Amino acid sequence: MASTNQEGTTTLQLALAWGFVGVPLALGVLQTLINAMKLFQ
Amino acid sequence: MALLSFLDREHTVAKPGFSRWMVPPAALCVHLCIGQAYALSVFNLPMTKLIGITQSAPGDWKLTELGWIFSIAMVFLGGSAAVFGRWVEDGGPRRAMFTAALCWAGGFFLSAIGVYTHTLWLIYIGYGVLGGCGLGIGYISPVSTLIKWFPDRPGMATGMAIMGFGGGAFIASPLSVWLLGKFTTATHVGVAETFIVMGCIYFFFMIVGSIIVRVPAPGWKPEGYVAPATAAKLITKNDVFVYDALKTPQFWLIWWVLCLNVTAGIGVLGQASAMSQEMFPGHITPVAAAGFVGLMSLFNMGGRFFWASTSDYIGRRNTYFVFMVLGFGLYCTVPYTGSIGSVVGFVCCFLVIISMYGGGFSTVPAYLKDMFGTRYVGAIHGMLLTAWSAAGIFGPVLVNYIREYNVTHGVPKAQAYNTTMYIMAGLLVIGFICNFLVKAVDARFHMKASDARAKEPGIAPAGARA
Repeated sequence: MASTNQEGTTTLQLALAWGFVGVPLALGVLQTLINAMKLFQ
Repeated sequence: MALLSFLDREHTVAKPGFSRWMVPPAALCVHLCIGQAYALSVFNLPMTKLIGITQSAPGDWKLTELGWIFSIAMVFLGGSAAVFGRWVEDGGPRRAMFTAALCWAGGFFLSAIGVYTHTLWLIYIGYGVLGGCGLGIGYISPVSTLIKWFPDRPGMATGMAIMGFGGGAFIASPLSVWLLGKFTTATHVGVAETFIVMGCIYFFFMIVGSIIVRVPAPGWKPEGYVAPATAAKLITKNDVFVYDALKTPQFWLIWWVLCLNVTAGIGVLGQASAMSQEMFPGHITPVAAAGFVGLMSLFNMGGRFFWASTSDYIGRRNTYFVFMVLGFGLYCTVPYTGSIGSVVGFVCCFLVIISMYGGGFSTVPAYLKDMFGTRYVGAIHGMLLTAWSAAGIFGPVLVNYIREYNVTHGVPKAQAYNTTMYIMAGLLVIGFICNFLVKAVDARFHMKASDARAKEPGIAPAGARA
């Protein structure tokens, strides 16, 4: 059974978790956006 | 054994103080990885030159042979999601994510051996079968967990995860090109090495997701959240057993709604580049068409979050009504934009259409939760994904064959897609009718407190808690 100890999530943990997935995704989106701009050139 | 028990559902129950906002990134860790499937075509050309290096030589694989890798993976995505849905639901998200990581990375490693030994059937089994199972299990693994963590915003929560599946290609595509560049020499094409590195990266990412993920403790509710006292007409408070859901007309109506919505989108998604150039010869160049495809991918991803979040406010059925009505209008408008030469109008129409294609995927888990309750929503969602596999056949066939028929019968290329657009609009009318017929699930399908199946694996059905 799970214990009932506190396991408070810190802001740092949240930032790390979101950064872990957000940074690669943002870089990929940026790269795609740069390529997509060729449609308007 | 200690590792295996770490994967158990009981060991993933969140302790007090755990933030539910840790769960979407955990889900994204998996969906961003398996979303690589959309970027598999990056390897097509290098894999046709493994022997010839600079150009295809006798004995090199053909594009038609390589095309089967993706098709097999898609078939096993739908099949594994349907078959393993209940196992995923009972075992919890960590075990499912861990298994998906093993399958997905294992698929890359086996494919690397296939490339190294130039054995195509090993790639079919590696990426196609093993990787396809990783796709299916990974896709459904976080769905019910997210819905339980966000009872106030289930559409937004699942939309975030499924958005990751659309966004995975944005990471995989440049990463694959970069790795291929690093490992390719004058005498060797570095596909095998790229597969090994990608397998390692994806395994690491997915394992991190499985470590982070938690399920809420029984009875947990978000702070300040009060469940509606009176049940909405189309939002049940009861649960329907996974296999009983198949006996309801609601399941099959939603199956058709998803299938028709995806059919309408998937056909144009695959042919967007050629279609834009043929409808606007001289105006849209191959480079501009590639930009158009990139823009469509962004709207596909963004639509998954936008429409699923919107459904939390306007309702799931109404969201699909918007897809069908707006989609009908836009598909009917596309031939007109072609006839007046309006590139902007054409691009805008397709960007909205493709956002609704993505939205169809991301809104459906919450739709199922509204109809069948949260208990088996992941497993029911898994079975519904067979609609995706079916649409993957209908959509491209409709677009390709009708265009081919028109061109061989003397229709100018610029107008060859008009019939297809009207047929797509017609499909959405059928989808509208199916969606209109969706009513609340009959009470005889609801699980009772006395139902022995409710005791697996220790969670009482919603009806029993009420």
